Amino acid sequence: MSVPDEEGPLLEVSGVVKRFTGVLALDRVSLELAPGEVHALVGENGAGKSTLIKVITGVYRPDEGTMRLAGRPAEFAGPLEAQRAGIQAVHQEIGLVPALSVARNLLLGREPRRRFGTLDVGRMHREAGEILASYGIDVDVRRPLRSLGVGVQQMVALARAVSVDARVVVMDEPTSSLEPREVETLFGVVRRLRERAVSVIYVSHRLDELYRICDGVTVLRDGRVVHQGPLAELDRLRLVSLMLGRPVADVRQGGVTRFSGGHDAARETPVVEASGLTRRHVLDDVSVAIRPGEVVGLGGLLGAGRTETAKAIAGALPLDGGRVTVAGTPLRRGSAAAAIRAGVALLPEDRKAEGVIGTLSVRENIALAALPRLSRAGLVSEARIDRIVDTFMRRLRIKAAGPHQRVAELSGGNQQKVLLARWLATEPKILLLDEPTRGIDVGAKAEVQALIDELAEDGLGVLLISADLEELVEGSDRVVVLKDGAVVGELSGGDLTEERVMTTIADAGGGTP
Amino acid sequence: MTESMTATAAVTEAAAGPTGRERAFGLIQRHGAAAVLVLLVAIGSFAFDRFPTGANLGNIAITSSFLAMVALGMTFVIITGGIDLSVGSVFALGGVLAAYAVRWGSLAALLLPLAVCGAFGLVQGLLIARVRLAPFIVTLAGLLGARGLLLSISNEGATTYLIPRGAVIARVGQGSLFGVGYPVYLTLALFVVGAVLLQRTRFGQSVYAIGGSEDAAELMGVPLTRTKVAVYVMSGLLAGLAGALNAARLSSGVTILGTGMELDVIAAVVIGGTLLTGGAGSVSGTVAGVLLLGVIQNLINQIGDLSSSYQQVVSGAFLAAVVVVQTYLSRVQRLR
Amino acid sequence: MTTETAAVPASRFDRARLLAWLQDYGVYAAIAALILVNIAITPRFLTLENLRTQLVQVAPVVIVSFGMALVIGTEGVDLSVGSVMALTTALIPLYLGYGVVPAVVAGLLGGVAVGLVNGSLVAFVGVQPIVATLALFVGGRGIALVVAGGQLKDVHDQTLLDLGSSSLAGIPLPVVVAAVLTVVVMAVVRRTTFGRRLVAIGGNRTASELSGLPVRRVLLLVYVVSGLLAAVAGTLATARLQASDPSSLGLLMELSAITAVVVGGTPLNGGRVRVLGTVAGALLIQLVRATLIKHDLADSIAQMVQAVIILAAVYAARGAGRR
Repeated sequence: MSVPDEEGPLLEVSGVVKRFTGVLALDRVSLELAPGEVHALVGENGAGKSTLIKVITGVYRPDEGTMRLAGRPAEFAGPLEAQRAGIQAVHQEIGLVPALSVARNLLLGREPRRRFGTLDVGRMHREAGEILASYGIDVDVRRPLRSLGVGVQQMVALARAVSVDARVVVMDEPTSSLEPREVETLFGVVRRLRERAVSVIYVSHRLDELYRICDGVTVLRDGRVVHQGPLAELDRLRLVSLMLGRPVADVRQGGVTRFSGGHDAARETPVVEASGLTRRHVLDDVSVAIRPGEVVGLGGLLGAGRTETAKAIAGALPLDGGRVTVAGTPLRRGSAAAAIRAGVALLPEDRKAEGVIGTLSVRENIALAALPRLSRAGLVSEARIDRIVDTFMRRLRIKAAGPHQRVAELSGGNQQKVLLARWLATEPKILLLDEPTRGIDVGAKAEVQALIDELAEDGLGVLLISADLEELVEGSDRVVVLKDGAVVGELSGGDLTEERVMTTIADAGGGTP
Repeated sequence: MTESMTATAAVTEAAAGPTGRERAFGLIQRHGAAAVLVLLVAIGSFAFDRFPTGANLGNIAITSSFLAMVALGMTFVIITGGIDLSVGSVFALGGVLAAYAVRWGSLAALLLPLAVCGAFGLVQGLLIARVRLAPFIVTLAGLLGARGLLLSISNEGATTYLIPRGAVIARVGQGSLFGVGYPVYLTLALFVVGAVLLQRTRFGQSVYAIGGSEDAAELMGVPLTRTKVAVYVMSGLLAGLAGALNAARLSSGVTILGTGMELDVIAAVVIGGTLLTGGAGSVSGTVAGVLLLGVIQNLINQIGDLSSSYQQVVSGAFLAAVVVVQTYLSRVQRLR
Repeated sequence: MTTETAAVPASRFDRARLLAWLQDYGVYAAIAALILVNIAITPRFLTLENLRTQLVQVAPVVIVSFGMALVIGTEGVDLSVGSVMALTTALIPLYLGYGVVPAVVAGLLGGVAVGLVNGSLVAFVGVQPIVATLALFVGGRGIALVVAGGQLKDVHDQTLLDLGSSSLAGIPLPVVVAAVLTVVVMAVVRRTTFGRRLVAIGGNRTASELSGLPVRRVLLLVYVVSGLLAAVAGTLATARLQASDPSSLGLLMELSAITAVVVGGTPLNGGRVRVLGTVAGALLIQLVRATLIKHDLADSIAQMVQAVIILAAVYAARGAGRR
């Protein structure tokens, strides 16, 4: 291992700017990484973490700014060059080839060869076995990677990254699918790296883990660095408040996004009751009940299980346990169609991948889920569709050239309104809104928020997920706080403040310091 | 830092072992074709006196060898997750070019088809790997283009170029050793080379990695463009070579050959256990797949009063069965 | 407040727009240009007789292409259409003894059966469409040959032959059928829940599932429709050829149909079905062939030109898709 001569930083990112079609994803971001430092990189969705990682690992080229590795300027034409320079990434999902054997994954591209360039398979298996053994992993390296548990796969990815003379290792949510004892093994590896002066950029939302193994921290928000420094000097509450963008001391009361006053719905029977929702690594016995006219918020950090809870209620997530009843009738598990028939509507988080159908028009998108009601004997009633489309385009103030414009051509806010219209057209009893205002401009945001309020007034039950703490607290009558897939608190009335949400997140489950 | 490695065997495979059923399906996928092949040969040997004769088996081998060469290239293409629909046309093109070029000698009759068909694969590979058009559509256009090219060489199919019996290439195509035609030996040699290439070289690892997960392969430093172009060039070369040798065997470049061959080839590869989704498969499986189709055809001919169309029915059914098993298997694995 | 595209450099934006226009309307422009060229240089191009010949030849392709367009709209493909035509033509003579109607019904049911198998494999087993339909591409023609005993049979039933040769108001019957089907398929795509759903599934399967669409049922049905339409084309072709020849009928039909659909502007990755475009795609390829052959530029050139047209069409679609 070549340790730089002086105590200068190993990796130095300075003033990096990255834009995507006009949107500023990274705004003059700087970061210094000392040799052997384990550095936490945190921030909510859209904060710019993944963009920064991609810049560092050579996937993107920065529009402005420079990077230096061990004192020398570093410019990468692609991930390969970054890897050759010693920057390795361990991704959550892609990163390895599941169908290939463990040994082949571990050594792909640098297999031991004999004369004539053929692979020395015996040596390959031996070397692979030795590498893994040194990380405390004992598996048959000839087995296909996919036949092993997720934890082992993750360790193989890590072992691969590290064994190629890595100087900087980027770990993106490395523990999201690990069992507790696998996490311990991983931490062992991280410590070993630190001893060898390899630096680690550690991306995670699990505060306990960050405090256990990270030295420094960089908090990103809206593409900017909002805090940088030693992690030990930053208490948990402050860290959460930095991530969520709400100053602890200065939590405003009754801000601009306040929806109208609270709903008095406490006494009615719930329109939807989810109980004991459980799925391995994702949800742990989550129960939520929503009454008509009530807006229930789901709080928590990224990866806490908010989206998954909404999907589980909508029948779109396979569950290991738990049940959902709508108006007293249990739903068939894992059937989105049954949930919709029962009156559940889910506005998904990922508008593009799970919501709009870009090739179709505004009109077709709005009518999609309500087609059974808008047709007779399989024939679509154009008149009824026109009526509904017209109603909602006006009510939601959807700005489009006309009902026949393709949805892909609309702005984010208007796409979101189209999706809302799609669900409202089904006359739902309950609306599950996953980040309804993300990525849409301020004007449209206020409109959507006002609309949510209006819908609740009309007696709809609403489940609201939002990383925008202000929106969450002011828009909800009650907030259920999730952490690591489990409910850790419920706040309402006078307790429902941004600060209380943050302390609940910061303190919960914090048995370990 | 002593706590780091207290539990050495912290992670073991115990919990993640495959179930018996999965293992069984895996075996069927990889060796199903070979098992059925053995079974059929056994049945054929008992049922028909004329089946297990050297002449008959040699005949199966020689008729299968041309399909096998093409299937070898296709195996590589499919393992990368691609497909090559142009091979039937390229096969025919290779034959016509060989017969056309034999006037300049046997070497030309071999080199011209290789050069043209290799170039054809190169263009397709570049369109797929660089321009990033779908393999399906590029090679579909290639199917038409190659047939157009061969028709224009053969005056719209009106001229059939002949390969004189005395030509060296004719002797290569028609000759035999120990009752087995030369092309069979060549095919065997090519398969050995192919197997080594696929299993024992970095190129082969790249082929598997790209088919398994293109994104991951790219991140792991696999040369995507180069590897993809190479497999389409290989496929073109092998189809051209097979076409040229087949023409040598038939003593002429028959223009109408190879129609629909691409699908027979794909069927053989898939029956041999190569996943059409890419990332898994083997050269030996392809041999079994090709031979299985050949034996089925031969047996149906032996039965005599059955039309040869039963071969298509049986291979279609077999293909469907294999595909259902494969899909089921990969779904089981994905759900874990 | 405007869309995100505003910041894209103008030149690239214009290129994408041009490609999008080409994808949508290029086929019509090409047909118009080709007709003008033909009027200028091809003797006796603008005769009724020529027009009839061209249309009668293209009619089966158009009909098969409709089924293919619907399947491609769901991001699938149906390679078995040619084999379905063979199966239909093999089945018809077997039942002609009972009358034309039972014979035709038997032929059509053959197509439906193939569609059911394809659809089940795709929708319920989850096999990739290209592989699922490959099995019956190989096996379907085999079944047809087995059913027919491997023989070419002449068809003598006058009622059936009339299907292929008679005219309605001067328009050959196959052309009338194709025209009627054009209207029907357009109505299905635009006016039925089935049509709406199939493009939605092709456009975004996850979103469709989350919206509660009966994805599997729609997929099954779309392959059945494709099989049925191929069977209709097979019936018409049998009537026109006055013979049942399962070994050659419908050969390469899957390629012609895919070409027509793609050239007509239906994207291969689904989400859109262009019915008139598909008709135009089939016509364009027919016209190109006819033009080249009329001028003694033979089939070989025609095929290579067709290859270039396909590549141009997908290139335009790919560029346009990047908007």
